[in-house]
Amino acid sequence: MQKDSLFNYLLRQGDNSLILGQRIAEWCGHGPVLEEDIALTNTALDYIGQATLWLEYAAKVEGSVKDADHLAFLRDVFDFKNCIITETPNGDYAYTIARQFIYSAYQVELLNVLLNSSDEQIKGIAAKSIKEARYHLKHSRDWVLRMGDGTEESHNRIQKALHDIWAYTGELFEDDDVEIELHAAGIIPLNQSLYANWIEVVKDTLEEATLELPASEYMQSGGRTGKHSEHLGHILSEMQFLQRAYPGSKW
Amino acid sequence: MKQELTADDILQILREVEDPEIPVLNVVDMGIVRGIRVQDRNVEVDITPTYTGCPAMKAIEEDILEVLNEQNFDSVKVNTVLLPAWTTDWLTPDARLKLQEYGIAPPEHTTADKSALLGGPKFVTCPRCKSHNTTMISQFGSTACKALWKCKDCLEPFDYFKCI
Repeated sequence: MQKDSLFNYLLRQGDNSLILGQRIAEWCGHGPVLEEDIALTNTALDYIGQATLWLEYAAKVEGSVKDADHLAFLRDVFDFKNCIITETPNGDYAYTIARQFIYSAYQVELLNVLLNSSDEQIKGIAAKSIKEARYHLKHSRDWVLRMGDGTEESHNRIQKALHDIWAYTGELFEDDDVEIELHAAGIIPLNQSLYANWIEVVKDTLEEATLELPASEYMQSGGRTGKHSEHLGHILSEMQFLQRAYPGSKW
Repeated sequence: MKQELTADDILQILREVEDPEIPVLNVVDMGIVRGIRVQDRNVEVDITPTYTGCPAMKAIEEDILEVLNEQNFDSVKVNTVLLPAWTTDWLTPDARLKLQEYGIAPPEHTTADKSALLGGPKFVTCPRCKSHNTTMISQFGSTACKALWKCKDCLEPFDYFKCI
């Protein structure tokens, strides 16, 4: 049923933004330099804003869920549909930047196609979000170049980060019945169709940064259907604490 | 209410609503107000967000409701619309001047930033000494809509209202 697929897809998008936003917000007050602290906090804010748009629409489509806050704060781990890459711990700054670069390059490709969605609301969210995502890509790409083509220490750190994160990239390009049904209806692209452009951006950037393209035979999978790493529960325990401890409380 | 207010009258009233982050600009200057419909004693205003996560949007919505509720309408409604997506090209010429005087470099035309995103050169004028000899410190600044720049002539750092 298309309604179920749409709801699931909106959760996948909304949860990617929400969890990555919550994750990188952990850098607030801990950035390596003030400008980066501000940059990542701004980026986190963009993601939380995008998550609000996706989840508001999800709540509307589903019908019986009250609002976006309800979806963000009252679901448990197994009901979250984000890709695992968004919940991995921040690590050092190289790891955070590698993740930002990989995810932003993917998100820009996705939103670029969603600009032509037959669903007006998705089209609107994409038009709004892509302007932000392009800045995220520019920011993280600049840092990949700077670290890769920087000192031996920075080069080794970003290379290790890319290697460590690579096994989480496969899930971004998976499709199941949800995507297949919505794609047939002209609402979304298949994720696998985004891979060619994405890998080109990644390859070009890594080459310019004097970095090697990682190779991983094994790809992690499962987040999109609710099978997460142990890290998501810890994120939720912090993010959802207030609504769990004081149900219904308002800011 | 003595006389029916028109959409134009309401637009004038909305000029009283300031942007909470940049108080020299009002919501009309910012290009946030996208539509006004008045029917009998009911009014609906469409607004569009500048950035998806901009914390000022909620405050702006409440401020709009407040000034319009003073006009004794039967109902006042504020809708959020996403399409077409907000662009800094909608800042009025007057708004650009106000930003400059306030010490924030107004956005260049969007094409300038698009070229910069693709690695091309970009020129931003220092709002204090008007020098073009400026450089970007960070693409992200004190709010979502601003980047941090520095003037290499007068040496002052300044905010640049980035183009989207």
